[in-house]
Amino acid sequence: MSVKILIVAEHDGGKLNASTAKCVTCARSLAGAEITVAVLAAEVAPVAAQAAQLTGVNRVLTVENAANLHPLAAVLAPQVVALAGPFDLLLGPSTTFGKDLIARVAGLLDAPQVSDIMAIESATRFRRPVYAGNAILTVESSAAGKIVGTVRSASFEAAASGDASAPIETATVKVTLPTHTRFISVSAAKSDRPDLQTAARVVSGGRALGSADGFKILYSLAGRMGAAVGASRAAVDAGYAPNEMQVGQTGKIIAPELYVAVGISGAIQHLTGIKDARTIVAINKDAEAPIFEVADLGLVGDLFQIIPEIERLIG
Amino acid sequence: MKRILVGIKRVVDANVRIRVKPDGSGIVTDGVKMAINPFDEIALEEALRIKERGAAEEIVVATVGPADCQQQLRTALAMGADRALHVQAEGVIEPLTVARALLKLIEREQPFLVILGKQAIDDDNGQTGQVLAALWNRPQATYASKLELSGEVARVTREVDAGLETIEVDLPAVITTDLRLNEPRYVKLPDIMKAKKKPLDTLTFAALAVEPRQQLKLVRFEPPPQRQKGVRVKDAAELVDALRKKGLL
Ligand SMILES: Cc1cc2nc3c(=O)[nH]c(=O)nc-3n(C[C@H](O)[C@H](O)[C@H](O)COP(=O)(O)OP(=O)(O)OC[C@H]3O[C@@H](n4cnc5c(N)ncnc54)[C@H](O)[C@@H]3O)c2cc1C
Ligand SMILES: Nc1ncnc2c1ncn2[C@@H]1O[C@H](COP(=O)(O)O)[C@@H](O)[C@H]1O
Repeated sequence: MSVKILIVAEHDGGKLNASTAKCVTCARSLAGAEITVAVLAAEVAPVAAQAAQLTGVNRVLTVENAANLHPLAAVLAPQVVALAGPFDLLLGPSTTFGKDLIARVAGLLDAPQVSDIMAIESATRFRRPVYAGNAILTVESSAAGKIVGTVRSASFEAAASGDASAPIETATVKVTLPTHTRFISVSAAKSDRPDLQTAARVVSGGRALGSADGFKILYSLAGRMGAAVGASRAAVDAGYAPNEMQVGQTGKIIAPELYVAVGISGAIQHLTGIKDARTIVAINKDAEAPIFEVADLGLVGDLFQIIPEIERLIG
Repeated sequence: MKRILVGIKRVVDANVRIRVKPDGSGIVTDGVKMAINPFDEIALEEALRIKERGAAEEIVVATVGPADCQQQLRTALAMGADRALHVQAEGVIEPLTVARALLKLIEREQPFLVILGKQAIDDDNGQTGQVLAALWNRPQATYASKLELSGEVARVTREVDAGLETIEVDLPAVITTDLRLNEPRYVKLPDIMKAKKKPLDTLTFAALAVEPRQQLKLVRFEPPPQRQKGVRVKDAAELVDALRKKGLL
């Protein structure tokens, strides 16, 4: 039996976000999945071309509209609904883009939503974390119609890109788009460091860094390691690091090869964000800090001595 | 009357260590401390500040759930809300049902602003605000870290993965809160006494003409896989060595 799946692509106008390729892997884990990726953009061609190359994608559907220049959920949702007709399952990434949009789509479709899918067991059965990842819940839908979901990126590898070329089709969507929601601006700090959500290595700092200046030793070490930099909520709240660096239940959920927690106590809400990291290193002056319970390698000591020393040793 | 509606959900307190019941039917809640969902406290705080600035006249808090939820409504009244609405419901209440009930309350109360949390820290669904905005056919501004009202529009700064995004929405609209929108006030003892006299109305789904629906069966709760406790290294040199051996440096 085939299951028709529509994945709403996330992109920045030119580049497809890696979370989309993870949605494809999630969808492919279902036998009989027939995968369509929807690209809604002001200019669809570059993004559609990247989506078409993902292994497992059967078709790319594009909706080009100047109103899609910035991803406003209220503007995109009715267009996604207009495409939804033939599909059984509608997926988007569990990023701020996907969470904002997909739930609005669920409302418009009057369909149940499964948030943060970490495994698909059948077309109607899913596993997802609840209570900040302290429990894993299996849900089974009894809905007669469609199911809507967001995909937990940290649970899936990105689908390979390059050797596929799915057909790209233009969809005509005739809906009046609302004008009640208007984009003003976005302030994204430009940095040469790898992206936190996809980096293989991440160095994160907590309240112990003491100031935005204190974080500089982490930027320096991360630069040497080719790592992204993350932060605990306490560090972000205190203004030591910008909000997009927050890792955890209410920040980013990541799964790097290496996660180095520096001066982070290991509160449950923080651990939720790093559980899927391959190797966790903890550096903390308190030998009893809960972060050591989950760390593969732990070092007790003063970070202001240890971090520069590590950097020197790496050379 | 210029009114703000705030959603309040009763959840297991953020500091409680969650344990899954051995039979997998749920998590242990007996004798466990309950609280207002932290994001809803932030939602209420924001509403109170708007009223204190003179930009709203009445703050109404609403919850959908069993009788125990009235404790959290009383706390919300003690924080400064003017009135509370309790929609009685038992069992699993899905976001679509909550949103339908809130929509009925919106029709009655005609708020110019509805503020919810970005997610409930128990189900971690993060859906209700967006679903409500869709059903209401009004704007949504999720993950708000700053909210400015001027006339018929709200300018909202949102915490998105890329950084901070600013959008403008026409009112009425649904706002969902992020952690850095504000720091909620503490409840003072005299306010708890005063809150006992504030109005708290109880409603039913039937009275609101809402058909509760459960479409997702909760099949099984399991504890998450535990990470193995690792080893301690004695200094930076040993750490760098260990990482090199694993091919991580
Ligand atoms: C609803 C909710 C959502 C939340 N979401 C998140 C989230 O997404 N992400 C998140 O991180 N938190 C989140 N939190 C907050 C979380 O509970 C903790 O408060 C936070 O993670 C603590 O940050 P921290 O470890 O940096 O600070 P602290 O807990 O203060 O820890 C600082 C650590 O640094 C160590 N230290 C101090 N000085 C040194 C030194 N010189 N050298 C080495 N070590 C040192 C100390 O021993 C301590 O362990 C959330 C909380 C709530 C209620
Ligand atoms: N049963 C409920 N009663 C009142 N408000 C709710 C309820 N469930 C959810 N909400 C609101 O919706 C927000 C998001 O919840 P959720 O979609 O369940 O993550 C919460 O922070 C509340 O503001």
